[in-house]
Amino acid sequence: MPQYLFWFFATIMLIGGLAVVSFKNPVASAISVVTCFLGLAGLFIGLSAFFVGIIQILVYAGAVMVLFLFIIMLLDIRAEKARNLSWLATAGGVGLVAFFTIQLVGVLGEPLPNQQAPPLDPETMAAAAENFREDTRIAQSLGEGGLPDVHLIGHKLFTEYNLPLQILGVLLLVATVGVVVLSKRQPERES
Amino acid sequence: MASLNDYLLVSGLLFAIGLAGVVIRRNIIIVFMCLELMLSAANLSLIAFSRFNTLEGLPDYNGQMLVFMVIAVAAAEVAVGLAIIVALYRSRQTIHTDELTTLKG
Repeated sequence: MPQYLFWFFATIMLIGGLAVVSFKNPVASAISVVTCFLGLAGLFIGLSAFFVGIIQILVYAGAVMVLFLFIIMLLDIRAEKARNLSWLATAGGVGLVAFFTIQLVGVLGEPLPNQQAPPLDPETMAAAAENFREDTRIAQSLGEGGLPDVHLIGHKLFTEYNLPLQILGVLLLVATVGVVVLSKRQPERES
Repeated sequence: MASLNDYLLVSGLLFAIGLAGVVIRRNIIIVFMCLELMLSAANLSLIAFSRFNTLEGLPDYNGQMLVFMVIAVAAAEVAVGLAIIVALYRSRQTIHTDELTTLKG
């Protein structure tokens, strides 16, 4: 990804993040989170992680933030009044961020190894194709010089990461059942 | 080409913004959104490391697997967390953390 595109998406992401913290209205904050996630998805796609970029948009910017907006509108939350911001918490938050940023600049001041991304050109891809069976889609796409991101992730997910994937499925099932139980109206509830 | 340091710096800044939101804001839904920002900042670091450390010419897909798991767990977390917030609002009629002091000694 060219340098200017990186800074373009990074700026969108950081401005979105700052807007989340500074807007008083929760709906505006939720829209800013969507903006932030769109910039983040741009960065992911620039890093050749196409599948993760797409699910960032579909799952996060789509499903999760729509759920947030739905709850905000369901509870009918008004914009926060000014009295709710305590000076101590604000000073603490800003101080924490300043401390964290100074530490970050200190750590990243000296360049890490692997400064430049290794190239993903057709020659490297064709060489990588030799690690896969010849009649597979992965080997074909790699041989043609492309990066079959989704196929590679699927291959990894269903071979090496099969057990974690199934545990993840059980986790999602438990979460679904938990949400149903939590949002059931308790009959003995007072008021 | 942006270097690994650039990506880590941007990811660290996003994490710091999320952390500031968790500390500063008093609206529990916005605190929750800022937690999502912090998770996404960690995801950006993981994807950058996966791209800059190639295995046999391909990006290191182990990192992307971890991001996939994080996104799935975060989605489950959001669903349960928002259900808890709705239940809280039903019983207390507020979502401001200043007014939720039942556990205070």
